[in-house]
Amino acid sequence: MVKFPEKMPDSLARLLVVFVVLTAVLAIAWVMIPTPMKSVHVQWDNAILREKAKPMRYAGAHACEECHGEIYGKKKAGYHRDLSCETCHGPAKTHTEDPDKTKPAIPATRSFCVQCHAYNPSRPRGFPQINPQGHNPLKPCAGCHNPHDPKPPTTPKECSACHGEIARTKAVSHHVQLECTTCHQAPQQHKITPRGVKPTKPQNREFCGKCHAKDTRETREKLAKSAPKIDMAEHGEKYVCWQCHYPHSPEVEN
Amino acid sequence: MNGRRRFLRDFLALLCSGGAIGGFLKLLPGSAHAKETVRTGKWYGYGVSVDKCIGCGRCMEACKAENNVPKEPFFFRTWVERYIIRKNGETAVRTIDPGAEPVPEAALDKSILRSFFVPKLCNQCADPPCVQVCPVGATWRTEDGVVLVNEKTCIGCRYCIQACPYGARYLSPATHTADKCTFCYHRISVGQLPACVEVCPTQARIFGDLNAAASPLSRFLRMNKIHVLKPGLNTEPKVYYANLDGEVR
Repeated sequence: MVKFPEKMPDSLARLLVVFVVLTAVLAIAWVMIPTPMKSVHVQWDNAILREKAKPMRYAGAHACEECHGEIYGKKKAGYHRDLSCETCHGPAKTHTEDPDKTKPAIPATRSFCVQCHAYNPSRPRGFPQINPQGHNPLKPCAGCHNPHDPKPPTTPKECSACHGEIARTKAVSHHVQLECTTCHQAPQQHKITPRGVKPTKPQNREFCGKCHAKDTRETREKLAKSAPKIDMAEHGEKYVCWQCHYPHSPEVEN
Repeated sequence: MNGRRRFLRDFLALLCSGGAIGGFLKLLPGSAHAKETVRTGKWYGYGVSVDKCIGCGRCMEACKAENNVPKEPFFFRTWVERYIIRKNGETAVRTIDPGAEPVPEAALDKSILRSFFVPKLCNQCADPPCVQVCPVGATWRTEDGVVLVNEKTCIGCRYCIQACPYGARYLSPATHTADKCTFCYHRISVGQLPACVEVCPTQARIFGDLNAAASPLSRFLRMNKIHVLKPGLNTEPKVYYANLDGEVR
């Protein structure tokens, strides 16, 4: 068995003193270090509080309605209805807090409207665009277009106003004499929400067959009578017509 | 039995029993396998409808105004890229400059195959590489899924800027700390929209809570075919793109 000495050896006692002092210093230091320096989670919580306390500059889409209800309502009914007021007038949080202290900007230069409406081939087709050099140069936009209810001076009636590329293609094709509405029914709503409500498209072979089938009964119309005829039973029976023929420019040998 | 033999026997027994206990624990539900996290609070996400973006850059201006981002066209929390893909396969990408005077575009540049704008911002990844590399824990993902930077502890080492596969971070010249999109955390925490979503004239940008059954974002995700940027990196981005072209990285 191990035999303990009756008296603690001096060397061990000294070691014990050193250990106790070191532990005490570390413990005091640990207590003295502020909590945020010890825990990353406390740092994060503080950072979140700082982040949340940052000042807002944009008041939000509905802040203007309270005082500017009339303009707000007018805008709500026009083509700019989805625009926030602050898209054009800039950040207005300070104006909502004290209306007299700061006034939001009223952009009147051509370059401001052109930032959205200049022609750019990368923009989605159908978005209203102009050529700033050719479109009434030097005249302010607001002279003709009310920015709160913008309208083209003449509302486009033809499909080609937006679908120019298709219209140009069709204009040099065999289908030049067909109206768009011969094949597509465009609901009125399509002019207001072009992507929301889409015009109809022909769904089956029989639709094209009304003019192009050999045994068609649609012979009253002169156009249908002169259209090239095929035997619907033999000609590409398992395909729909527009898999081979682009209807806006049907290439076919006469 | 000598000491070495006894040691080997005991050691082997320990190994076997360890395997048995481990196997048993694995069968227990919820101990070895962490259960899939069920998120109950907010879990913010973002939608970008690429075919609605007109490349006006109002979002870039609004972001700079709202978040005190330096004005130089080098520091962005959000930016819009213009892609021009030519018929010979060349792809040109440029960040647009919203303040610049529009140059007259050649209307019928026959060599262009496709062209479009792609808004970009921090993807607020669920598994963010920038957080993994931070040596001081100055960037982290909050409970509601936003990656933030603690500018008090950031040492400006730029590791996170290197690590971000989307180039969404920059070093703030004012504080010399990393800075990035916060989804306008000060706005969304009081129920407002981020500034870029607020000003977007065509609703190309959608913000919302992914946990909410009825939010514009949930509807956006339901109604569109969705893609994320660089899905192969498994960063699980929370910025979802609709109608994204395959050339976009």
